Amino acid sequence: MPQASSKTLRDFTSAVAPGHFLRGPHASVALAELARGSSLGSSPAALEGCSILVGTADQLTTALALIELDGVARRLVLCPPGLPDEQLSEIIATAQVDAVVCDPNGPPAAARGLPLRVTCSATIVPGKATADRGRRTEWIMLTSGTTGTPKMAVHTLASLTGAIKVDPDRKEPMVWGTFYDIRRYGGLQIFLRALVGGTSFVLSSADEPMAAHLARLGTHGVTHLTGTPSHWRWALVNRSARAISPRYVRLSGEIADQAILDNLRAFFPDAKVGHAYASTEAGVGFEVNDGLEGFPAALIDQGPGSVEMTVVDAELRIRSARTAVTYLGHGGPALRDADGFVDTGDIVELRGSRYYFVGRRGGIINVGGLKVHPEEIEAVINRHPDVRMSLVRARKNPITGAIVVADVVLRAQADGSQDRDTNLKREILEACRNSLSQHKVPASIRFVPSLDVSATGKMVRQHA
Amino acid sequence: MTVTLTIMSQITQVAEEQRVKLPPLSDDLVLLDSGLDSLAFAILVARLEDELGFDPFTASDDVYFPVTLGDFVRVYENAASKLENAS
Repeated sequence: MPQASSKTLRDFTSAVAPGHFLRGPHASVALAELARGSSLGSSPAALEGCSILVGTADQLTTALALIELDGVARRLVLCPPGLPDEQLSEIIATAQVDAVVCDPNGPPAAARGLPLRVTCSATIVPGKATADRGRRTEWIMLTSGTTGTPKMAVHTLASLTGAIKVDPDRKEPMVWGTFYDIRRYGGLQIFLRALVGGTSFVLSSADEPMAAHLARLGTHGVTHLTGTPSHWRWALVNRSARAISPRYVRLSGEIADQAILDNLRAFFPDAKVGHAYASTEAGVGFEVNDGLEGFPAALIDQGPGSVEMTVVDAELRIRSARTAVTYLGHGGPALRDADGFVDTGDIVELRGSRYYFVGRRGGIINVGGLKVHPEEIEAVINRHPDVRMSLVRARKNPITGAIVVADVVLRAQADGSQDRDTNLKREILEACRNSLSQHKVPASIRFVPSLDVSATGKMVRQHA
Repeated sequence: MTVTLTIMSQITQVAEEQRVKLPPLSDDLVLLDSGLDSLAFAILVARLEDELGFDPFTASDDVYFPVTLGDFVRVYENAASKLENAS
């Protein structure tokens, strides 16, 4: 639907002063250059009205394609790395994708048959980009918290940028950086913050070690840096963390506990340390800047405002213009309830005048910002012929916040020899490694004689 | 098996599983230069808890994650001797 009044992403970048860059590990692009040319060769006009999969391996080309195609595409589907081919095929079908933007070395296998393929490169070819930018593009973000194919949350540029405030009197230079991937909500949020604010942005890269990334962030003078508590715990282990001196350190995507907040404040005494609550579905909820874990109870049930929050049955619900609109092609529960609230699935507990996060409904485990459904892992373990049943649970971990471990009940205890146990563990882990992402493979397997089953016949799972 | 040997054997095993070729395991090896990523160290801490019966990092908020392999071993040795003295 054309909406003349709303700004596109390119409108923000065309106003950026010279000297501001998007910086990847291998190349940089001046934002001002984008106003004078295209990264898509000569064909942005061919993509008008298409449902486009942004399937570049490199985040810099993803960033360029997003800037050029907001307002041009009917729909932009952001493809996070490591998506299995069969899931990508399903996503392409559901989102009615008819074009793919890829790197010069080609699109992901599942996107090779699409009618239109456009190559995006980090070199801006000068020339007037003549595409019609009057569309209100749907931005499709994939969630990480599901078994099987991720859900597709529908956003608009307006919902994605709803939490961004720009200080018009900003004096000091700002450079944003993030440990996240910009094809996930947390990373995209920071990328948009940089563009809307007209500042430089340093991208992450999956195959770059933390030390090299930190060194690069230091070289480019990052002032505002974000990541999950797990990213930050890992960064603080690193001598290269001395290479950066951010003014603002931000955490999101996982529960920020007091230890990591204190450690960050000790490590970066001159920085403001804040944690934010955001999710792909609920958008940016709130930011906490008082250095304490949890959030003030006053934020709940404040009544109408830019973000309304309430707690129902210990679960946080959020209503705002920043939440996603709906799920695309999803048969399950609606993204928003009848009153427009998004049920976040995050369980909170009131202690004194503050709420604290205690875990996720349904026992979802958060491993370094990636959500894991225990049932998905149990299903793989239970396929082993010697396994009767299994329970996958979280164990607290100093690096990733939590890690997955499994309690397994075997069918026959006849041969309880040490050798047999060792081999069984190896076989089960091998099966997990073959069909699950690395963060879902149990770090430890324990054979137990039985598991607790409740009166309703369900395995007893602990909260959090 | 001593704490040190347990740590060395578990590091080797995690590296094998993650298909990482480890450099020589010397005291001054910087953990981040070992080729293992954060998930690998998260797994290592969990495995060591199984083997040794404790996780010195989660047991205390004051313990920073160490920079070198030597520091890492010392964190475990200190925690082990504290447990011994307490019992």
